[in-house]
Amino acid sequence: MTRAHLKVVTTLALVAFAFAACDRGPLAERADRRQRTLGEGRLPPDVQVAPAPPTHFGVGRAATPAEVAAWDIDVGPDGKGLPPGSGTVAQGAAVFAAKCAVCHGPAGEGQVGAPPAGSAAAPKLVGRDPREGFPFGQDPKLVKTVGNYWPYATTVFDYVRRTMPLTAPGSLTNNEVYAVVAFLLAQNEVIERTAVMNSTTLPAVRMPARDKFVVDDRKGGPGFK
Amino acid sequence: MQNEHVDEDDVTARAADDAPPEGTVNASERRRVTRRGLLAAAAASAGGAVLARLPAQGPASRAAPAAPTPAQAAVPPGAPVYDLAAVPVDPTRAPGPPTSALGARSPFEAPARTPVGVVTGSSLTPLHLLTGTVTPSDLVFERHHAGVALIDPARYELMIHGLVDRPTVFTLDDLRHLPSVSRTVFLECSGNGRGAFRAPKREMTAQAVDGLTSSGEWTGVPLATLFREVGVHRGASWFRAEGGDAARLSRSVPIEKGMADALIAYAYNGEPLRPSNGYPARLLLPGYEGNANIKWVRRIELADGPGMFRDETSKYTDPLANGTARQFSFVLDAKSIITAPTYPSRVTPNAWTQISGLAWSGRGKIVRVDVSVDAGKSWMVAELQDPVQSMAHTRFRLPWQWDGRETVLMSRAVDETGYTQPTVAEFRAKRGIGTDYHFNYIRGWVVEPDGQVVFGGNA
Repeated sequence: MTRAHLKVVTTLALVAFAFAACDRGPLAERADRRQRTLGEGRLPPDVQVAPAPPTHFGVGRAATPAEVAAWDIDVGPDGKGLPPGSGTVAQGAAVFAAKCAVCHGPAGEGQVGAPPAGSAAAPKLVGRDPREGFPFGQDPKLVKTVGNYWPYATTVFDYVRRTMPLTAPGSLTNNEVYAVVAFLLAQNEVIERTAVMNSTTLPAVRMPARDKFVVDDRKGGPGFK
Repeated sequence: MQNEHVDEDDVTARAADDAPPEGTVNASERRRVTRRGLLAAAAASAGGAVLARLPAQGPASRAAPAAPTPAQAAVPPGAPVYDLAAVPVDPTRAPGPPTSALGARSPFEAPARTPVGVVTGSSLTPLHLLTGTVTPSDLVFERHHAGVALIDPARYELMIHGLVDRPTVFTLDDLRHLPSVSRTVFLECSGNGRGAFRAPKREMTAQAVDGLTSSGEWTGVPLATLFREVGVHRGASWFRAEGGDAARLSRSVPIEKGMADALIAYAYNGEPLRPSNGYPARLLLPGYEGNANIKWVRRIELADGPGMFRDETSKYTDPLANGTARQFSFVLDAKSIITAPTYPSRVTPNAWTQISGLAWSGRGKIVRVDVSVDAGKSWMVAELQDPVQSMAHTRFRLPWQWDGRETVLMSRAVDETGYTQPTVAEFRAKRGIGTDYHFNYIRGWVVEPDGQVVFGGNA
């Protein structure tokens, strides 16, 4: 077999493999169904079933790495997405006093005084009660905080960076976010007041509520869960 | 409010509390409303034609595009304002007002949402004033976390990236050129019914009890089509959707849902989405709790796990009576609510009236709705309006003659999986009285001896 023959055979094999592995998608499947139910002489002679649409339409343009980086601010529970930088509890106390306390209270205890007209009060962020158990289902008076309910410390970074302060989201520097997160975790007695939060230390923080969440076991059918 | 903790999500509860006690405006209010509207309209058009004008532009805070878009160039005239005072005794004796560019409601009807909250807020659909199964576009409930995002469609982009072969940016035009589907589905806020659960009040309307649900026809591109465009990797098991609002609200969803029936929806009831419901495009996940249906969606990342965002950890999880919390509880189980007769309606003894309401399930079709007129001692099968559509509001009806004695009306939905709406006792036993979301237990409406119907709370 010549080299050219080998190339042809290989190409054919690849094409056959690609065709077999190719899932043509729901649009093509619907076209196939139309062909089966309407084709084969069931239509007037001048009407035919429309050809199946392509698997890919080729719309849209490539997103550049820079564009993705500019928009992708997700921080996963494993710390993936955390930016460079760091913050201490003391730095966080200063940032919190300047930018957060007006709504969340000086110690993160929640709205002090009346909230702006028509707005809900800013939630309490600090509190470990109850120290034992996780009785939020039984007690509607319990207030969920970062310390007693949030399962991942990374979520605090993600949420603060994405949404806070409420009136100027996205205005905090990464160092400020690390610092505010450090302050909140220390206020909740989750980390030491000497701790420094960065992309290595933050994902390693184990939250008190980490093991309290269960997967959804509802599946419909008789019986209430 | 001083020193009292109020959770952000309690806006839903407070919205319920703040609902107006009267479902329809009284005559003097109508007159006031329409007169004010008429004055505004007259001021807008000096010629005196009864045409209000829409504001010419949105807020000018953003840099203006180089050239006006067609929509900006041609501002349509507003809807007519029909003056209640000008309603003739005999409309057959003189011609009425002319045709108009936009429709308007009769001056005798004033259904309205009840809005609460400035930045993080919600507004409830007036279920007690609506019939049939479709929620009008301007009455679809709202729930948002950082105000309503106002987005120029010419600048809108949807980025899909992560575990894909081709990270891609789609414009609105791209989305509109792809094969679309239309589907009637309900959307319900996960916290719907919280106010009625925590603090039931006699004077609650169906709107106040359960107004964070709406249903209608959505049109958009199947997310599966977009996934094929970008070439999703086999290792991708979740997708993370992010909104283009100031909350950049984010949720993680199993990829199977994206492949099965998720849409990037750009229209509702035949026209582009309204800003408060996600204009120009939103994620629509049939049967899933409202919060996951990311409005103003601008980014979808394919990933090998959930992002554990705030709204899937500290919020929108279900504390259970057993000391755990259920996470990623997306599907809304079967639920129903009687919408008529309900507060503030009255019923007349020995006259025929119609018990009517809505039932829905995130798991498929409603197959039966039972109605009790004796506080749950016995049940009758209600008529269901055809066509019953999967994961859509389904109207049920039952003709009924009140015998004049105090009683409680109830409805109980059954879906095609065989799931039956629980009693409040079952609900409390499993979820606990402190639970936060998915309030789908059976509710009652008390018919008092004088015929006044009031919310029966968690009877």
